[in-house]
Amino acid sequence: MLRLIVRRTLLSVPLLFIVSTSTFVLVALIPGNIARTIVGSQATEQQYLSVRRSLGLNEPIYTRYWQWLERALHGNLGLSLYSQQPVTSLVDSRLATTLSLVVGATVVSALVGVAFGVSGALHPGAIDRVVDGVALLGLSIPSFFLGFVLVEWFAVHFRWFPASGYVAFGVSPADWLESLVLPVVTLSAGGVAVIAKQTRDAMRDVLERPFIRMLRATGIPRRSIIFKHALRSAAIPVVTIVGLVFVAVLGGSVVVESVFALPGLGSLAVQATTQSDLPLIQGIALYFTVIVIVVNLIVDLAYGFLDPQVRVE
Amino acid sequence: MNASVLLIADPPQGSSGLRASVQLLSRRPLAVCAVAFLAALALVSIAAPLFAPYNPEAQDLTRVLTGPTAHNLLGTDTLGRDVLSRLIYGGRRSLLSIVEGLVVVMAIGLPLGLVAGYVGGWADRVLSRLGEMVMAIPAIVLILVVLAAVPHNEDVAMFTFGVLGTPTVMRVVRAATLQVRKDLYIKAARVSGLTHLRIVTRHVLPRVMGPIIVQASLFSAYALLFETGIAYLGLTGNPEAPTWGGMIAEASTVIEQQSWLLFPPGILIALTILALGLLGNTVRDMAVLDEVAAKPRRTTTSSSTLTPVLIDHRDARPQPLIIVSDLEVVLRNRGGSIPLVDGVSFDILHGETVGLVGESGCGKSVTALALLRLLPNALETTRGRVVWGGRDVLSMPEGEFNDLRGSKFAYVSQDPQASLDPTFTVASQLIEAIRHHERVPRAAAKHRALELLRLVEFSEPQRVGSSRAHELSGGMAQRVAIALALSGHPDLLIADEPTTALDVTVQAEILALLRRLQAETRMSVLLITHNWGVVADICDRTLVMYAGQVVEESPVQTMFDVPLHPYTRGLLQSHPSLAVAHTHLKTIPGNVPSPGGWPDGCRFAPRCPHAIAKCRDEAIPLLMAQRDRATRCIRVNEILAEVEPA
Repeated sequence: MLRLIVRRTLLSVPLLFIVSTSTFVLVALIPGNIARTIVGSQATEQQYLSVRRSLGLNEPIYTRYWQWLERALHGNLGLSLYSQQPVTSLVDSRLATTLSLVVGATVVSALVGVAFGVSGALHPGAIDRVVDGVALLGLSIPSFFLGFVLVEWFAVHFRWFPASGYVAFGVSPADWLESLVLPVVTLSAGGVAVIAKQTRDAMRDVLERPFIRMLRATGIPRRSIIFKHALRSAAIPVVTIVGLVFVAVLGGSVVVESVFALPGLGSLAVQATTQSDLPLIQGIALYFTVIVIVVNLIVDLAYGFLDPQVRVE
Repeated sequence: MNASVLLIADPPQGSSGLRASVQLLSRRPLAVCAVAFLAALALVSIAAPLFAPYNPEAQDLTRVLTGPTAHNLLGTDTLGRDVLSRLIYGGRRSLLSIVEGLVVVMAIGLPLGLVAGYVGGWADRVLSRLGEMVMAIPAIVLILVVLAAVPHNEDVAMFTFGVLGTPTVMRVVRAATLQVRKDLYIKAARVSGLTHLRIVTRHVLPRVMGPIIVQASLFSAYALLFETGIAYLGLTGNPEAPTWGGMIAEASTVIEQQSWLLFPPGILIALTILALGLLGNTVRDMAVLDEVAAKPRRTTTSSSTLTPVLIDHRDARPQPLIIVSDLEVVLRNRGGSIPLVDGVSFDILHGETVGLVGESGCGKSVTALALLRLLPNALETTRGRVVWGGRDVLSMPEGEFNDLRGSKFAYVSQDPQASLDPTFTVASQLIEAIRHHERVPRAAAKHRALELLRLVEFSEPQRVGSSRAHELSGGMAQRVAIALALSGHPDLLIADEPTTALDVTVQAEILALLRRLQAETRMSVLLITHNWGVVADICDRTLVMYAGQVVEESPVQTMFDVPLHPYTRGLLQSHPSLAVAHTHLKTIPGNVPSPGGWPDGCRFAPRCPHAIAKCRDEAIPLLMAQRDRATRCIRVNEILAEVEPA
């Protein structure tokens, strides 16, 4: 198990390198004068030159890249152009919000999706078609539309949940939960759809396997066969999909945090983009990548836990 | 040679080709609706000035937030602009964005996929690895980096989106190309000296068109979702110009006064994505169905309605453990039902081992599964009784019957490794079964599990108990499966070809084990096999099945000496270990007719050397030939006379 962790971690190093390099190169390759874009047309020549200098644009690209990489390795992602605060502290202060939202949405997607998927596999016909229909719909409704519809009903009309804003867990766990309900539901719709479909297909596949027939022939009760034996084997492909859903939900948080005015990484990214705050947005991209790598690692470990053959290798 | 090669090199009439896809599409009403909707949307957007009733940017502050009226069919927004006109013009930008992304993703993904699939080797490995990495990056953040550097430039954003989407297209094209490359005619085209470029464009591309259309529609759906998303976030273009995403952002500011504004753009976006997704799914489903349809399949609906004559020769015998009478199992499909087992009757005595013999596809396993009520979903028992302890178990409620499984009937299959749950240890599966049957504490169950493992001749039950299916050899797995079957002290063990998948030496071990266990426990065994050696080894009595019917029933020894049914004779003569030395091994001409294609009259007649016209006239009943033997052959006396000239 330890070897698996170490190997997977080492394998993720190239990915981190590629993302950091590609964000850097992307920005460097984009035609036009970035410093001019950032300061805007009304800025003085002095402001322009200072931005140029702080971006290191007077140096050749490889020097800039080397310096950036060296600092990044020491945990220094530079200063935000806009607020002049360290990128790392800006990002760290918002990490908890995004993680609450994204982990919450992934867990909800997994629980609801698996429930739908299992019932779809066990009741072919009507429920099955409902699962298909809901899945297609869940994937088609854009989160910013769904989010506002939920706000309209449950915040404006019924006043059950706040329309926007976030309360930290440390301040009030009850309010924290309340502030997350609508965003999590919004963000889960697509994930539920994907996971339900995958679970249903995997369950169907497993239920046809000979060992299920053997268990049934042994008289093991249906409940145990479905939830203990079949679901565990079906979980192996589903876990992969849950990992992909996490990545999708992380991307979706950018939009959903804006819908619900949550102070997370996503809304920070949008803000950094509108302000052309390059060091900040690059730093956020790096954080997102690290989160994805960690999740992929967790998925691999879960895989090893569920599938004994992986563990042996 | 060239002529013949070129002949082969003609591609098969493109089953997944573009034209076929279009033809098939026309048979799906929902997909036709989706295509019509998308076409109309594109037309209206492109010719926006013709269709839009107002200038999308014309404000009328005297009429804001009206809701739907005769003047403004979809109402007006906060500045009194016409919502319908803004939607129509907004569609232009979305359409353009989708096309931009699509062009980029195809221009890069398609050639790379073709190269990876067609060239293979290192090119494939490098491209696949790169693709995996790109797929692991959360696309939106990378695009935000780009939009930070080039503010409000939607074209660049869509270009980047296309680039980041290439791995998916590449993978699908690669997989499809790999499949095509394996086909014979591509190899033939190579041999005949066509250039690679020509092979790819003439032969490979048309065949991978189906998956490409699927990917194109799914990508378009994601592109629209993404485009409206960044428009909603206000990261694109001029804020005055109408965009679908932007309209939702505007609507959200007045959600408390007038929530109506959300719905026209929201529903339009959802419908468009739905149509694109539906189109992609339909094309994909069609490709699958197409393959299935390409395989010839019989859909005979007529079920033969002959009623077999039941011969009650069982009165003279002791009370049997189980009596199966007139069992019929059918395969249900859309066209109707095809009988697989047709009027099978037999019984098994206490402590008796009965062999069920026949070629593949004659209904042996289906009979066994019908007894256990474990038929796959498409199969159904439509007639017959299985009497156990005076009751018909086929009509018991499922819950009640399940109590008999494992404790009265047990089952061992032909695929031992696949019969064990791969994710649990042997011991935990045994313990679960034991505790289900005996309701004992865990420790006692564990003790008994080890005992069972010892009973099936494992010298290290502890070690075996802690292993999982993939760590066991086939013979070990079968012994574990037998232990599992014995966990409930069954009265009848149904063993479906328990040795078929095993090596010859292991076969002998398993048979010896079964014989020993049978003798020790006095349980009855129904042994399904096509191996006469196995029958000779452990069976008391044999049932021979052909085309869903029992054609001969006989004690083993007399049947080996004088087989009554021509099919039994044929089977015995074609068996290598029973053949007479220095004579040619005989085979039965022809094949077992598949279910649904059973001939009228005697089902074996087309392959039978003794068949006469009368055999083909009507269904043949099972006839009593001797005190304990029956055969489904009307010429049994002639055949016997031939065998015993004395």
